[in-house]
Amino acid sequence: MSKSLIEVPLHEIAHGRTGDKGDRLLLSVIPYDETGYVPIAEQVTESNMLEIFRHRGATEARRYDLPKLNAFNFVIENALQGGVNNSLNLDGHGKTLSFLALTMKVRVSPEVLVAAKEARSK
Amino acid sequence: MARENMHIGGAAAFADDRLDVGIPVANALIAAGKPAALFYENLAERTLALAHRELRKDPMKGYTPDLCGFVSPVLRRCVENGVPVIGNFGAANPMGAAMRLHQLAKELGVKGLRVAVVEGDDLRDVIREVGTEQWGDEDPIDLGNTEILAANAYLGAEPIADALDLEPHIVVTGRVTDSALALGPLMQHFGWKAGDWDKMAAGVLVGHLLECGAQVTGGYFADPGFKDVVGLADVGFPIAEVEEDGSFVITKPDGTGGVVNERTVKEQILYELDDPSNYLTPDVTLDISEVELQQVGPDRVRVSGVKGKAAPDTLKVTVSVDGGWLGEGEISYAGPNALARARLAAGILRERVDLLSLDCDLRTDLIGTVSIHDGDSGELTRSYDGEPLEVRVRAAANANDKETAWTVAREVQALYCNGPAGGGGVRRNITERVKTGSVLVARRDVMPRVSLVTEDNV
Repeated sequence: MSKSLIEVPLHEIAHGRTGDKGDRLLLSVIPYDETGYVPIAEQVTESNMLEIFRHRGATEARRYDLPKLNAFNFVIENALQGGVNNSLNLDGHGKTLSFLALTMKVRVSPEVLVAAKEARSK
Repeated sequence: MARENMHIGGAAAFADDRLDVGIPVANALIAAGKPAALFYENLAERTLALAHRELRKDPMKGYTPDLCGFVSPVLRRCVENGVPVIGNFGAANPMGAAMRLHQLAKELGVKGLRVAVVEGDDLRDVIREVGTEQWGDEDPIDLGNTEILAANAYLGAEPIADALDLEPHIVVTGRVTDSALALGPLMQHFGWKAGDWDKMAAGVLVGHLLECGAQVTGGYFADPGFKDVVGLADVGFPIAEVEEDGSFVITKPDGTGGVVNERTVKEQILYELDDPSNYLTPDVTLDISEVELQQVGPDRVRVSGVKGKAAPDTLKVTVSVDGGWLGEGEISYAGPNALARARLAAGILRERVDLLSLDCDLRTDLIGTVSIHDGDSGELTRSYDGEPLEVRVRAAANANDKETAWTVAREVQALYCNGPAGGGGVRRNITERVKTGSVLVARRDVMPRVSLVTEDNV
């Protein structure tokens, strides 16, 4: 079973958007297709998300699961190095950071990948 | 008898938004012929603090700098067709904005203008005296001896609904929650009030989806080959068609660019949201976890199922104090060995800051490798092993004083003659920074006021 899984960036099967409140990053991860929900729930965990932002000093990641909307909402503490009013980063808001989260690698079946590609093209 | 649907249009998401986008929204609201309101969201925490600085320099200023740029394209048609324009473009000086709008009406030959003004959000003079509680687990801002630039409470929708009872053409506010700009007219039209929690929550969700303008109609969304959007140069700003039971359809004016689908709506529902089951506003606490979306036509998404419960007892106040200065400079290296020359330049800049004993926090970026995703420590940049054709070195420094910030920016320019080979295209900039923090105050310490400014009492 696991032999047939393919490793892809999260970007292949999900989209998302970031917003900021002070030094707190708010990040949505939304599967293109409903079949992406379970693999994301299993693999895009709070600890994996924290690891993606660790080099920026992030201290905590919380995930809220929204099965009815087919989406996840992450709250990541201290990922913005002071936030828009204090950050030395060009992007103090963290607007670009959804695409850092979407670099996370996930392992999915060919069916999930195909379903995501089909949903994307609709 | 059921009240007629109300249409709400969102025509600006921030102070620097496009100025022409309100025209198709106003036209669509008028063509639909339903009770309607058009709103402009122009305030961020930083924008408000800057407006207070402007007000201190000139008592006639302190409102959104582009106030007339936003309002003049739609003023005549909205006045003639009874579509109230609502905006937080009053910023630090809502009364000043009302005066300027009367002057604008005169310039445009629009007669009989009525402007309602919502005030009472400005707590700068009393914030040290009223009791405050810490907001969340944020580090508390020190109100000790620092000069307070701004302290504004987030007012809710009630004063906007009250203002609309005065039958104005324009409602000007200072700091209100962004969503109140939509909930206010819905409360006034449908008679919704505290206690009607699910409906109040629906009204907040309307505001939340519209307040960022094009972010629900295809802006901040396109990802070619993955999420394609056509027509972002003339992207249509959003309209919500709201029913009395609180369900609504998000759409956009016919003939405009962009797209409204379940994906654009989902991204915007979750935008800047913390706990989806406990979204706090001064009007109601929302639970959006059971919301249902349905595509009911091209560029039409129906939203239902938002739940509400009582609003918190306290109001959030954003306090702004002086935040020192940011100095920035950039220089480019291109062609063979560009990365090595850029790394050398960044190292020289670090050495210069040490040599000159500059008191600042310094960050250097190698734009074209990994920069914006990296942290201040430069961990990702150091491990980068590509060979880019061009690299732009950026130095950024936080300092308490303007001179130190400028010296760092100046050091980047000095690399022209003193740095690695072939450095060009220097740009430098210094920015005065604002530090903000939030506290909570009791509702009794905030007293919203509503007044009407007509031609007669200008």
